[in-house]
Amino acid sequence: MAKLTFKGGIHPFDGKDLSKNKPIVDADATDIMIYPLSQHIGAPANPIVSVGDRVLGNQKIAEANGFVSANIHSSVSGIVKAIEPRRVVGGQMAMSIVIENDHLYEMAPQYNVPHIAALTKEDVIAIVKEAGIIGMGGAGFPTHVKLSPKNPDEIHYIIANCAECEPYLTSDYRRMIENPEMLVAGLKIMLSLFPNARGILAVEDNKPDAIKALREITIDETRIEVKALKTKYPQGSERQLIYATTGRAINSTMLPADAGCIVDNVDTIVAIYHAVIDGLPLTERIVTVTGDAIRFPQNFRVKTGTLYSSLIEAAGGFKDGFPEKIVSGGPMMGRALFDLEVPTTKASSALLCMKKDEVKDSKPSNCINCGMCVEVCPSRLIPSRLADFAEHSDKEKFEKYNGLECVECGSCSYICPAKRQLVQSIGTVRKQVLADKRNKK
Amino acid sequence: MNELLNVSASPHVRNKLNTSMIMFMVIVALLPATGFGIYNFGIRAALIVAVCIATCVISEFVYEKIMKLPVTIGDLSAVVTGLLLALNLPSSIPWWIAAIGSVFAIIIVKMLFGGIGQNFMNPALGARCFLLICFTARMTNFTYDGVSTATPLAVLKSGGSVNAWDMLTGFIPGTIGETSVIAIIAGAVILLLVGVIDARIPFSYIITFVLFLVLFAEQGRDPYYITCQLCGGGLMLGAFFMATDYATSPITNLGKIFYGICLGIMTGIFRVFSSSAEGVSYAIIFCNLLVPLIENITLPKCFGRGGEA
Repeated sequence: MAKLTFKGGIHPFDGKDLSKNKPIVDADATDIMIYPLSQHIGAPANPIVSVGDRVLGNQKIAEANGFVSANIHSSVSGIVKAIEPRRVVGGQMAMSIVIENDHLYEMAPQYNVPHIAALTKEDVIAIVKEAGIIGMGGAGFPTHVKLSPKNPDEIHYIIANCAECEPYLTSDYRRMIENPEMLVAGLKIMLSLFPNARGILAVEDNKPDAIKALREITIDETRIEVKALKTKYPQGSERQLIYATTGRAINSTMLPADAGCIVDNVDTIVAIYHAVIDGLPLTERIVTVTGDAIRFPQNFRVKTGTLYSSLIEAAGGFKDGFPEKIVSGGPMMGRALFDLEVPTTKASSALLCMKKDEVKDSKPSNCINCGMCVEVCPSRLIPSRLADFAEHSDKEKFEKYNGLECVECGSCSYICPAKRQLVQSIGTVRKQVLADKRNKK
Repeated sequence: MNELLNVSASPHVRNKLNTSMIMFMVIVALLPATGFGIYNFGIRAALIVAVCIATCVISEFVYEKIMKLPVTIGDLSAVVTGLLLALNLPSSIPWWIAAIGSVFAIIIVKMLFGGIGQNFMNPALGARCFLLICFTARMTNFTYDGVSTATPLAVLKSGGSVNAWDMLTGFIPGTIGETSVIAIIAGAVILLLVGVIDARIPFSYIITFVLFLVLFAEQGRDPYYITCQLCGGGLMLGAFFMATDYATSPITNLGKIFYGICLGIMTGIFRVFSSSAEGVSYAIIFCNLLVPLIENITLPKCFGRGGEA
C-alpha cells in the first residue's frame, strides 16, 4: 500500500532529537502573568474582572464576545494589576489582562460536571465553550464552533492531528507517549457527538512509538483507527491531512465539515478531556523549549500567561552566548520574537532558539524559474508567479492564479534556490485580497 | 529588555541549495562533453572554451559595474552561458568571433532583459544564431583531422552514408561539445539524478522528433537513419542542456511536455524540409518565444479544485 500522504512538500531538518526524549515537566509561572484577550480566531473576549480584583486559578476572567470567540481563564491566583495593551507574540500591542501572581495557587472550585453518560451533546459543547478551548496547533480556532457543524450526521471523520510535522516540535509527541489514554478518551467524547463519525489518529511515521502506544490502547475501539502518515512537511496542514487520511480534497472556500471532517490537534483533544471529565478550563498546555542555542531542551507544562523569558531560564538558559533568532512556534510557520517579555498563550506550541539566523544569511536574488516551488507547493500553485503578482500588487492576476488557495506553509520559501521571500509576499497580498472581499460585502 | 533579536517572516529555515550550486552542477555535468571536445578537436577547442567563459564573465561584470548594479558573476550563470556557447561553436572559429558571440549572449540577450532568469531567449543559442547569420562561412566550416569536412548530418542530407558508431562516441566533425552522445548523456544523467533538470522536456522533445521523422521523412522508417538523426547535430546537447534552461522553458509540468512537443516538431521541420541539415538551435530559440503562451494554457488546477493532489 502506498503511504498516506499528499503531493508536494519538503523534508527540512527535523531537530526533534533535541527534546523528544525529555518527559514533560512543570514550568514555574512568572510573578506577572499576561492574558491577551485575543488568543483565538474571532472577536476578542470581554474582560469580566476589574483592576484590583483578586482572582483564583481557573477563574474565568474574560468572556467570549459572540459565537466565534473564546473564554479566557486565569491560570494562577493573584491580583488584577492592569487591563491594558501589552506586547504579544506578533510584536504588536494587544489588550491584555495583567495579573500579579501571588504564588498561592488557590484554585476556583471545579465545575460540577456530571458523569459523561449523563451529558447531552449540547451539554458537552457548552462545557467545551465554557472551558475556553481553542485549536492549540497554532491557528486558535474556537473548538466549540468546530463541534457545531450545520449537520452533525454528515460528519464522517474526526481526525486527531497528531502529525506534528513542524520541525523541532515534540509537545504533541510527548502527549501521545505519556497520556495516550487522555487523547483517546477525548476523541471518544468527540465521537459521542457525531453518530456517523469514525475517529482517526493521524501520526507521522517518524513517531513509531507513539503509533504503537496509540494502537495498543485503541485495539478494542471499533470506531477509532490509528493511521501512519508519511513524514513530510506540511503533513499536519488541515487540508493535506484530510486528503491523506480520507482522500477528500477541500479548497479555501470550504471548511473541513464540508468534506465531513473535523480536525483537532492533540493538545486540543486532551483539553476537551480535561474539561468534560475533570471540569477544568484550558489554562495550561505543553510547550517545547528547544533549539541549538538552548542548554537543556525540554517539554514543559506551562500555565498560559507565563512569560517566555522564564521558560528559557527553566531550560538552563542559553548556551554559547545569545542566539541570533528566537521563534514562537516551529521554524516553518512560527513567529520570530524580538523581545522575550511576551506571554505564552493557548496557541503557543514551542519556543525555538537558534544560534544562526538562516534567513539573514540568505540574500534574495532573481528568480531563475527553476520550478522547485511548483514541485513542493502542496496547494499545486505557482509560487514564483504569485510572488511576482504580489510584488506588483496585481491582485487580479493573483486571484486568477489561485493565490487565495495558498496555505502559507512556507515550503516555497524554504526550497527556493534564489532565496526569494515567496510566502511572505504571497501571504501579505492574500490577506489584502481577503480583506478587500470582506469590505465589499 | 534583551539584546535585540533578529526578526523575519517565516519560514526561519532555508534549504542549502542555492543558485550558484545549481549552476556549478550544470558545469560539472558539461565537463564530459567539454573534455571530449578538447580531446577530439585539440587544444584550439580549449582556447575557444576559455575565451567564451572569460568574455561572458567579464561582460557581465563590466555591464553591472557601468550600470551600477549588484555584481552577480558569483552565481556562475555567466560561466554556464560561456561554456554552452563554446560547445556550440566549431573549434576552427577565430577567437575574436567567439568573443563577439559571448558579448552578444550576455549583454544583448541576458543583461538588457534584466539579467539572470529574466531573459526570454537562451543566451548561448541566441548568440550562436547571431553568429551563424553574421559569419555563416566560418560558423559552418568544420575542420576535422586538419581537413575541412561536412558534418554527418549534412552527408546524410545529401544522400551519403555515415557511421552511426562514430556519431555515438563522437569521433566526427561538428561543434566542440555536440559530437559525443555518450559524453552528453553521462552529464545529463547526473543532472536528472540530482533533480536539477526535469526529464519532461528532453524526453517529450526526443520522442516527438522521432515520431516526426517516422511520419514525414523519406527514410523515416529506417532505424539506422533515425539513429543517425538522434546522434547527429546538436540534438542531444540541445535537448538535455539548452531546452531545459530554466529561464526560457515553461515552469508548469504540463507546459514542459507541450514545449518538448513543439521543439520536436520544429526540429523535424527544420531538419527534414529546410535546406539546412541542422535545426536544433533555431527550434529552441523559436520555441523560447512560445513559452509565455504555453504557460498560459497549462496553468495547473490547484488542490481542492480538481488538481492533482
